[in-house]
Amino acid sequence: MAVIADQHQVDLREPKGWRRSSNRIATILMVTSFVVVLIPLGFVLFTVIAKGASVISWKFLTGGPIPPNVLPADVGGMGPAVLGTIEITGIATVMAVPLGILGAVYLNEYGGKNPLATLIGFMSDVMTGVPSIVMGLFIFSIWVLHFGFSGFAGALALACLMLPIVIRSTYEMLRLVPNSLREGSYALGATKARVTVTVVLPAAIGGIVSGALLAVARAAGETAPLLFTILTVTAANPNVFSGANTSLPSQIFVNASSPYDGAQARGWGAALTLIAICFILMIVARLVTARFARYQH
Amino acid sequence: MEQSEQQFIPKLQVPQSAAQQQAAATTSGDHIFDVKNISCYYGSFRAVTDVSLIIYENEITAFIGPSGCGKTTVLRSLNRMNDLVVGAHVEGEVDYRGANLYGKDVSPIAVRRRIGMVFQKPNPFPKSIYDNVAYGPRINGVHNKGKLNEIVERSLRQAALWDEVKDRLNKSGLGLSGGQAQRLCIARTLAVEPDVILMDEPASALDPIATGAIEDLMKEIKSKYTIVIVTHNMQQATRVSDRTAFYSVLVNPESDTRTGTLVEYAPTAELFEDPQDERTKAYVTGRMG
Amino acid sequence: MTTVTQAGPAAQAGPAHPLEHRRPLGDRTFAIVALACGLLVLAILILIAVSTSQQASSWFSTEGLKIFTNNWNPAANDYGALAFIYGTAVTAIIALILAVPVSVGIALLLTEVVPYRWSRPIVYVIDLLAVVPSVVWGLWGILVFAPWIQHIYAHIASVVNGVPVFGFFFGTPTSGASFFTAGIILAFMITPIVTSLSREVIATVPAIDKEGAYALGATRLEMIRGAVWPHSQGGVVGAVLLGLGRAMGETIAAALVIGSSATITSRLFAPGYNMPAVIANQFGEAYGVFRAALMGLGVLLFAFTIIVNVIARGIVERSARRKRGG
Repeated sequence: MAVIADQHQVDLREPKGWRRSSNRIATILMVTSFVVVLIPLGFVLFTVIAKGASVISWKFLTGGPIPPNVLPADVGGMGPAVLGTIEITGIATVMAVPLGILGAVYLNEYGGKNPLATLIGFMSDVMTGVPSIVMGLFIFSIWVLHFGFSGFAGALALACLMLPIVIRSTYEMLRLVPNSLREGSYALGATKARVTVTVVLPAAIGGIVSGALLAVARAAGETAPLLFTILTVTAANPNVFSGANTSLPSQIFVNASSPYDGAQARGWGAALTLIAICFILMIVARLVTARFARYQH
Repeated sequence: MEQSEQQFIPKLQVPQSAAQQQAAATTSGDHIFDVKNISCYYGSFRAVTDVSLIIYENEITAFIGPSGCGKTTVLRSLNRMNDLVVGAHVEGEVDYRGANLYGKDVSPIAVRRRIGMVFQKPNPFPKSIYDNVAYGPRINGVHNKGKLNEIVERSLRQAALWDEVKDRLNKSGLGLSGGQAQRLCIARTLAVEPDVILMDEPASALDPIATGAIEDLMKEIKSKYTIVIVTHNMQQATRVSDRTAFYSVLVNPESDTRTGTLVEYAPTAELFEDPQDERTKAYVTGRMG
Repeated sequence: MTTVTQAGPAAQAGPAHPLEHRRPLGDRTFAIVALACGLLVLAILILIAVSTSQQASSWFSTEGLKIFTNNWNPAANDYGALAFIYGTAVTAIIALILAVPVSVGIALLLTEVVPYRWSRPIVYVIDLLAVVPSVVWGLWGILVFAPWIQHIYAHIASVVNGVPVFGFFFGTPTSGASFFTAGIILAFMITPIVTSLSREVIATVPAIDKEGAYALGATRLEMIRGAVWPHSQGGVVGAVLLGLGRAMGETIAAALVIGSSATITSRLFAPGYNMPAVIANQFGEAYGVFRAALMGLGVLLFAFTIIVNVIARGIVERSARRKRGG
């Protein structure tokens, strides 16, 4: 038998030459792609933390008004911008999330495959691609020209950006709810509205909340829709419904193009604050998803 | 089904004396595979345990058994297809023509080039019929147009598909019927001129006529290739194979785990007519009832 | 029995059959409210088109086809927007050329190379990239990245000046804030979406097709070219187009790093301008035809991105449908 085996001794080593090299090069390029992305991300985070951490203090986050560009970073604070961001994003969330969830309910529970629902679903995806600056111009045209600048106008623009994102993420979650759950409730004589509100939405709540939080994170970082809807002022304006307002992204934008060290330092501080807010929202969204996934098993 | 059964029943009943079988076993060709006591794991789960068998050149060897018995797992360990499953690994030794398949310098790419595989569901690439067959030769460095044409025609003829597709070689392979697509996949495998062809229930998705065509094809090409086929259809095993390996499931009542193992391996007629193991007997007689 | 067959207004007079049940008001209201929320999407899109076009009408009517000339001078009431359209195209193309190979590479890395437990951290990193706000990219771009890369531009330009083709694109003048810087920053910003969509598309390639290629002795690269690519190229093109839409409309980062110079030049290291950036920078002090012109740029931008997105979504959906159909 050993003799037979020797006669047929086969070469099972990796093919040499171009086939092997090209495969290795391809794998190396794929890993390199990831590294290429990692470097700028690390660079940005490092810079923002290094330059922003020294500026941030309780006074920076809550104090105000925002001082003129020429003053150093330890004067005044970003309080008005923090307040504006929380108020404006909060109101946008209150508007966009319920409407988006109901829109998704229509698409999945009522529309099904009918042409109108298909069109709405498709255009909703298309709407996620509308540039944020266009949303700003839109709200300027239909609101600001008639009612003036206000935090609420900014919230409207942000809500328009969030709406299709909430619809898409909620729709995906509703699709995952098994039909047996709905049928179980129908079998008890429930109406469609009741089935949706008491069975379908609670079953998908984790994913819906997580998707909504990601939409909020996206909106909180947006600058372009706010430029011509809230303007950018330096004093706190607690009244969202009237008068110009400000926000963290707007302040970063203004300070980024300023030649003064103090202003730039304030910009970095505001950037760190904003990134922290966005990351926290994202992490909470992930935790909600993870918890939901565990609950499902 | 009936028709094809009738067609093949005479073969089943060809009488074979014990002595003849003995002779067949001892004088058969070279050892292609020498599987030495292998166990296959998915992560920490042992799917197959203690399998040893020898597969001979230019024969058709069938793996049969109930579902979950590990026959497909063993088949996929013969060309290292299981490497593609995360966490899968094999313990024991699989010798292929004297070389350890799981040895240190062995590349799964070189292994699969020599030991091809045809799958349960026909899986032509979303390319033309021509490009499907030419894919293997091309990656192995054949780019000469005339040479490729020759290989494509030869492979399609071997797979008994040439006459049906010769006028539409540039049409997509996805447009073929199930049986044609499976023969295209066989042609694709033949094009790289492998040593062994592993077939994982190649006819289970096909109708009886297409099944008959695949079986005829297997018998046609076995003079040049060694074939190992997994089938859940015992008649198919008796129709085409020279030897049959029967696998079964061991249930561990304590941990409620199921592990596949090899129960009996013998020339096909012997295994079906005179099974030695009670489990084999129960399984092969079950087909009558 | 008669009650049932007489279903309709007449039936209401007599005692209702137990199975006859008017749909409760609350149920119908809920259905209508849900439909209204769905229609809101269409309403907003139409309203955007109508209201912004109306505000921009005086630009279109006073300038006519002159809006496509290269002459933007608000002080002289000239509002030709060609330089901005050019800048939008150039920066978006640079962003795509840089981002697409990287994104497809990461998508393949995630689906074909790394095991599941490694892929999750990689996805998290890509998500982090998506969460960094546009304005933070802009701040970093103008205060850190542009001053740093300026030296590299200057060096490259000094080498390639006078060299055919290379000199044409990469010669002097150079500036840290330029078309190319904006393109790089935009590339960072569109990488997450192109990656995640490509990954979705590639992940739908059936495992059995990949095994078919491996069973012929293919290397991983050969398997990708033979089995993965033919299946997913349509979807990846869609993903790339969506990236293009994002790159065209991304505003704030570009506004900070593009250099704000309305010029049409082949020199990619020179300062330029694009449509969203000029709107962001100049709208605040614009009135009359000036404002209408900026609004009109918004209309053009809206139209471009809608067209690109409709095509892209169409391609993505069609390839997904084809896959579901078998």
